[in-house]
Amino acid sequence: MSEGREQRVLDALEQNRRRPPKFTAPRIDMSHGAGGKATHKLIEGLLLPAFDNPALAPLSDAAVLPFGDARIALSTDSYVVRPLVFPGGSIGELAVNGTVNDLAVSGATPLALSAALIVEEGLETEALTHEIEAMAAAARNAGVTIATGDTKVVERGKADGLYVITTGVGIADPELNLSSASVRPGDKILCSGTLGDHGAAILIARGDLELEADVLSDTRPLTPLVQTLKETAGSGLRFMRDPTRGGVGTVLNELARDSGYGVVMWEERIPIREVVNGACEILGIDPLYVANEGKLLAVVAPEAADAALEALRSVEGGEEAGIIGEIREEPERMVLMHTRFGGARMIDMLVGDPLPRIC
Amino acid sequence: MKYVDEFRNADLARAVSAEIAGLVDPNRHYKIMEVCGGHTHTIYRHGIKDLLPDQVELVHGPGCPVCVLPMGRVDEGIAIAERPEVIFTCFGDMMRVPGSRGNLLEVKAEGADIRMVYSPLDALRIARENPDREVVFYAIGFETTAPSTALTLRRAKKEGIENFSVFCNHVTIVPPVRALLDSPDLRLDAFIGPGHVSTVIGCRPYEFMPADYGKPCVVAGFEPLDLMQSVLMLIRQLDEGRCEVENQYGRAVLWEGNLKALEAMSEVFELRPYFEWRGLGFIAQSALKLSADYADLDAELRYSTPGVRVADPKACQCGEVLKGVLKPPECKVFGTACTPERPLGALMVSSEGACAAYYNFGRKSFEKVEIGSR
Repeated sequence: MSEGREQRVLDALEQNRRRPPKFTAPRIDMSHGAGGKATHKLIEGLLLPAFDNPALAPLSDAAVLPFGDARIALSTDSYVVRPLVFPGGSIGELAVNGTVNDLAVSGATPLALSAALIVEEGLETEALTHEIEAMAAAARNAGVTIATGDTKVVERGKADGLYVITTGVGIADPELNLSSASVRPGDKILCSGTLGDHGAAILIARGDLELEADVLSDTRPLTPLVQTLKETAGSGLRFMRDPTRGGVGTVLNELARDSGYGVVMWEERIPIREVVNGACEILGIDPLYVANEGKLLAVVAPEAADAALEALRSVEGGEEAGIIGEIREEPERMVLMHTRFGGARMIDMLVGDPLPRIC
Repeated sequence: MKYVDEFRNADLARAVSAEIAGLVDPNRHYKIMEVCGGHTHTIYRHGIKDLLPDQVELVHGPGCPVCVLPMGRVDEGIAIAERPEVIFTCFGDMMRVPGSRGNLLEVKAEGADIRMVYSPLDALRIARENPDREVVFYAIGFETTAPSTALTLRRAKKEGIENFSVFCNHVTIVPPVRALLDSPDLRLDAFIGPGHVSTVIGCRPYEFMPADYGKPCVVAGFEPLDLMQSVLMLIRQLDEGRCEVENQYGRAVLWEGNLKALEAMSEVFELRPYFEWRGLGFIAQSALKLSADYADLDAELRYSTPGVRVADPKACQCGEVLKGVLKPPECKVFGTACTPERPLGALMVSSEGACAAYYNFGRKSFEKVEIGSR
């Protein structure tokens, strides 16, 4: 085929891609909650145009609102995990750490949280007490208060025991300008530790798979890691995210798309526990798309990267940190991974839920 | 992971890569089709194309059982799933395959009781646990998954579980390959045979490829080194002027196949006279249905599915892309009527299909990445 015609087809696709998405699904299905392409369509096609405002527009983990001379960071998240208690954590701990982390990776110091509980009729008080105590302990550990809240009870069958919604406020660091627009070719991508632990722990804990493996959720507050990065990298710190739902594959695709640059990674540098890798292999899912609840991805200027890495490794929860990739001019708006085997592979954004393959 | 990492060793990969590079005729182009979707996945996941010299091109074949299912069969599954008494069970990757008016994920959102299972035995367990409901298993896959469906049906019959049935969409690998080979404009030199299918059917069924069509075939395993070695074996055959079926996957595949699995299959299934493949049209004797002995457990009879045929749009040119005649962007509906969100043809359904990969990554989907850029 002629180069010219092929280029026209590619240009048309690119133009299509840059057009604001429309949300056309007649109904919400599970893929809209999976954090991949369908979720993006829902947010960018329905919510973003309706709420239309500059604080929401960057779609970062927390909104940053000017308030006098200060900037206030605001973030909210709902937690609907099943089972409520899983190896390495529980829904209460997750609900506190998750929102603390969304504030922390936005460069903010978390101040206080609100907590809303939606409890299913019939939940044992012992189970609820366990979660309330877990929330209190996690808040103490992260140095935030749970300053306000709400409780609702819904009929049996209307909720999976307990849903928790937390909202957090924090003060954004005035020195930092964290955004996909701040990253430059040559910047290094740091990852604070092993990937996929939380998602794998949950999948195994559900027990649908008759798979037994010793995997713990990685839920923890990222505040100490973020603090260390701020201190060592300073203004060399360009961008941070916690790769929760959708995993590292999704976060890096968002970064590539929003920055306009290419993201290049090296498979052999990506820390993944042997047991998580094995579980993913058996289930036919890719650990790059599996959720984390205590990991940090940071883009750091090249001159600050080595010191930042060393500092991260000295903090609890960052011992296995590594530089997993870097920002390049090419491939524009895409994520490429050099495989351990010696080739390369494009990493796409997750299309729906990570569904297992049959073959 | 022991017994896996050994087959992903980068040093060995470099050695095989160098051996292939040393062996290829610089003036020749080698077009090799991997028939199986599992191989395509391995090729993408490990970046195997970058380890092959420019003269060697891998063409992704028709072997993704989910992708080749025609819209009509998806629609019929959906019609069964929508019945209020039915718990509909299927493998995860079936959930997103589009019918003419949506996929199973969307029907689930409308209220159908659809559950993802990892094995047909899970579906049978659900039937045992829900005696007041009808449990239907949507069986898909080549000869790889057909034996587990067969054994599940045997067990259901033995235990007398009456609220269980199977909607059978099992397909067979040889007929579509033969259909490809029969086409006069085929531009392929050799085939990588499917490893998992061959653990069941063995290597003998491929003997017609060299014998009748003069195309060598190497049955390969699923780790990246398996595929590299298979390419090497095929290049050797082509260069030495040999043409035969070879078994690279000797650690799992017996030449005669798995006789017990074949016996179970022949008891439970019989060949359909013809079956439609998405993008490829009707292919004779290319699929299985339940045999008369198992008619009681056949969802197709229990629910008298209408057998409506939803025509692939005429413009869909998956067949031409598969044969290597067209590149994805040369298809008339590429990127317009056929996109990854609303695919028409098989090659757009799976993210590893040639068209979906091209849609997402453009020329990058088949350009080699310079190893020096590391």
